[in-house]
Amino acid sequence: MSATVTERAGGGARGVVGTRMLRREDPALLSGEAQFVHDLSVPGALHLSVVRSPHAHARVLEVDLSAARECPGVVAAFSGRDLLGEWAAPMPCAWPVTADMQTPTHYPVALDEACYVGDAVAVVLAESAAQAQDAAASVSVSYEVLPAAVDLADAASDRVLAHDASETNRAYIWELAPDAAAVERAFAEAAVTVSERYVQQRLIPAAMEPRGVCVVPQPFGGDFTVYSSTQIPHILRTMLGITAGVPEGRLRVVAPSVGGGFGSKLNVYAEELLCLALARRMRRPVRWTEERSEAAQATIQGRGQIQQIELAADAEGHVQAVRVHLVADMGAYLQLVTPGIPILGAFLYHGVYDVPAYSFTCTGVFTNKTPTDAYRGAGRPEATYAIERAMDALARRIGVDPAEVRRRNFIAKDKFPYASSGGLLFDSGDYDAALAGALELADYEGLRAEQAQRRAQGSAKLLGIGLSSYVEMCGLAPSRVLASLNYAAGGWEAATVRMLPTGKVQVVSGSSPHGQGHETSWSMIVADKLGVSPEDVDVLHSDTAVSPFGLDTYGSRSLSVGGTAIAMAADRVVDKARLLAAHRLEVAPEDLDLEAGTFSVRGTPSRAVALGELAFAAFTAHDLPDGMEPNLEAQATYDPENFTFPFGTHVAVVEIDSDTGRVDLVRYVAVDDCGNQVNPLIVEGQVHGGIAQGVAQAMWEEAAYDEAGNILTTSFADYLVPAASELPSFTLGHTVTPSPSNPLGVKGIGEAGTIASTPAVVNAVVDALAHLGVHSMEMPVTPERVWRAVDAARRTPTGGTS
Amino acid sequence: MKVTVTVNGRAETHDVETRTLLVYFLREACGLTGTNVGCDTTSCGACTVLLNGESVKSCTVLAAQADGQEVTTIEGLAKPDGTFHPVQQAFHEHHALQCGYCTPGMVMAITSLLKEHPNPTEAEVREGLEGNLCRCTGYHNIVKAALAAAGSTELVS
Ligand code: FES
Ligand code: FES
Repeated sequence: MSATVTERAGGGARGVVGTRMLRREDPALLSGEAQFVHDLSVPGALHLSVVRSPHAHARVLEVDLSAARECPGVVAAFSGRDLLGEWAAPMPCAWPVTADMQTPTHYPVALDEACYVGDAVAVVLAESAAQAQDAAASVSVSYEVLPAAVDLADAASDRVLAHDASETNRAYIWELAPDAAAVERAFAEAAVTVSERYVQQRLIPAAMEPRGVCVVPQPFGGDFTVYSSTQIPHILRTMLGITAGVPEGRLRVVAPSVGGGFGSKLNVYAEELLCLALARRMRRPVRWTEERSEAAQATIQGRGQIQQIELAADAEGHVQAVRVHLVADMGAYLQLVTPGIPILGAFLYHGVYDVPAYSFTCTGVFTNKTPTDAYRGAGRPEATYAIERAMDALARRIGVDPAEVRRRNFIAKDKFPYASSGGLLFDSGDYDAALAGALELADYEGLRAEQAQRRAQGSAKLLGIGLSSYVEMCGLAPSRVLASLNYAAGGWEAATVRMLPTGKVQVVSGSSPHGQGHETSWSMIVADKLGVSPEDVDVLHSDTAVSPFGLDTYGSRSLSVGGTAIAMAADRVVDKARLLAAHRLEVAPEDLDLEAGTFSVRGTPSRAVALGELAFAAFTAHDLPDGMEPNLEAQATYDPENFTFPFGTHVAVVEIDSDTGRVDLVRYVAVDDCGNQVNPLIVEGQVHGGIAQGVAQAMWEEAAYDEAGNILTTSFADYLVPAASELPSFTLGHTVTPSPSNPLGVKGIGEAGTIASTPAVVNAVVDALAHLGVHSMEMPVTPERVWRAVDAARRTPTGGTS
Repeated sequence: MKVTVTVNGRAETHDVETRTLLVYFLREACGLTGTNVGCDTTSCGACTVLLNGESVKSCTVLAAQADGQEVTTIEGLAKPDGTFHPVQQAFHEHHALQCGYCTPGMVMAITSLLKEHPNPTEAEVREGLEGNLCRCTGYHNIVKAALAAAGSTELVS
């Protein structure tokens, strides 16, 4: 695999785009200077503590705050009813996926009914965090415990209702069946069918920085500055305004350093609303920092689906149709984009395969558990998991190698742009090349030979090799497509590029990073466009006062949408500078070349003017062409025409101790194609982290609940986020297939690792055990599960659990 | 109670509650917010500092227990002129941080680890970092940076 980038975006061969530039974000983070919300020193701030329901479902009969109000340092305490007047609207859900979707009313503090363990029932404000917590323990709430809908399949049956007043737990049924008859026909005519059921366990996102909020009323007027550990300062500002009834222009939202998000900070949370409303009510700053054990209840969770996937294929394993039925766990309420998460995967359950007929149905179901919402990949990992495991099942059924069954079904390179049976236009791809690259890097033939040898020798150390070929849709999103999906906002991104009088450059972006290295990447793009050094480019973001327009960071959108807006704005600055240069050099604009930050007259390079000089001239405005406005500044807002479609193949190699069930991930190879790469160092980092998160779902992580709806995994002692000792180093390769969807030719890489790795690992585990007759395996693949599966297969001489 | 700790070479004396943890002594009394808090069960290592040169999770130590002792935090690791410690430098060069939240703890843990094992293998680094969680990097580049800082010849792909 080539380790170099073969195509560059932007400014040509001598630019910095495509190089492994070290991150400018690092020094502040490495020296401890970076400020996360919890680090902000805010004199006079009150500390919020939230009293949460210990019951999954209960009527709140009485909230007695008298003892809490007497505690040292306590300034105020409120029940849900006390605060009802603060809200202009209930908490927002921005994605009513169907017209008849059921949306339970959701207030930051519950009024009469608590619907999950962790649902807020009262709040306390005190002078210190410790005092607030101590006092919260003296709030006494009387409950009438109600039956709880905990298990997803059971909840779907409506045996127990998650909301007392509703008639069904069903939130919605969403269907995608462009040609249902074709699907039926394909199944009727199929030589081989595969029908599989998978469970996507709930996951806790576990960004290392817990959430934090601090709202500061400004002294000179009714304005509020909201500091939040959020991925979405812009969306948050709008939603806070609507929900708390504050004119949006009077809110400034700042996301300072944010310690990871992975979708969990792509939301509008009760605590954000509470800090704002209480700062308004008390006329003092109010802050809250989440405890880790609180996060297990109070922060959204990911996944939570039961998947039924069926394939119809001919005798050679060419898939003719894919049919999917999902049951998706909404949790107790619809948070910002809860109902839309499964829909983000709806178009991708046929994966990288050329499947003529396709249908998908999803039923969203309420349970008495923490709401679900976006978690790294959001819908797409679930889709990839289902199709990639089903393809392995198909390979076993027809007795061909998993690599071969994939090759037989790939969308061929020459079919792009490819109109999928799900209704998307896949922009570009070369799936064979990524698979071939991954097999070569992994020494697939060698691994298969070793596996055969170990089996022949009856070794207790079983070797399993798992493949996963994926495609995802990134670059969220074309606004018109979002409209067709009933999403309440658009998918554009805004940027400003301005040259300051000294020749330095400021870039303002509406994307909002939390570890992705945007400042470095944006400075590289603009440096190449303007021909200046990246050190001369400052990047501003994550503050709605500095960057009034933006749609923030999620869905691997920042580069393909936000980066494109930046490139467009930079082009506009160059266009204007060119007119000014032409005026000063008295030539036609087309006769000028821009090279290394200087416009020179073609053929007479000594006649030249540097961009810095032009910036100063545009600032003084003493001698501008007629009609030209002063200053070199341009804005651009980019609304993508299409999604981008990154792809690749990953190979996981596991070793299983058949006596103990212990699974070790011994090797991991990833070949990804995210189109052109702006900074391969950052790309690789994204892939590494994504792989670890996806592997974690396969092997260790599960937000576990007991039958009463109590979450059992509230600490890192129970919720097993992997440590370095549990993972190997990864082997990466890549191919470069530029995206035609945007001028940078980029696709996105933030979620690829997570999307690909979960099925690769579980396929490897099943592959290791298949010869024993084990064909199904639930996640996480704990030693106990593996041991039981092996044991069961051994007791059934004919084998087979599928 | 009054507690005096030499933090990054400077005597810091503050009146604190007996239950005050060292991490809050550092963050709130000394104003050194580089040391982060990532959990409440001593599982994540975000709060790792050096106590008399050895790494400890500062959320498991009472400020009172550190009375009269020496603590080094991330703020005190670089030279006074700002030149990074080799571990900080290696983190930068090998892209061993993304959001940076686990980073101060990781850097302190590795600094201590390398003092004990100046030439660790990859496996020793991975075992040695068992108590420090990172959600962003998948550890690949953290391990690489640790080995690079050790001047180790064992390469990670
Ligand atoms: S904060 Fe100390 S170990 Fe997590
Ligand atoms: S860099 Fe984000 S948690 Fe480690």
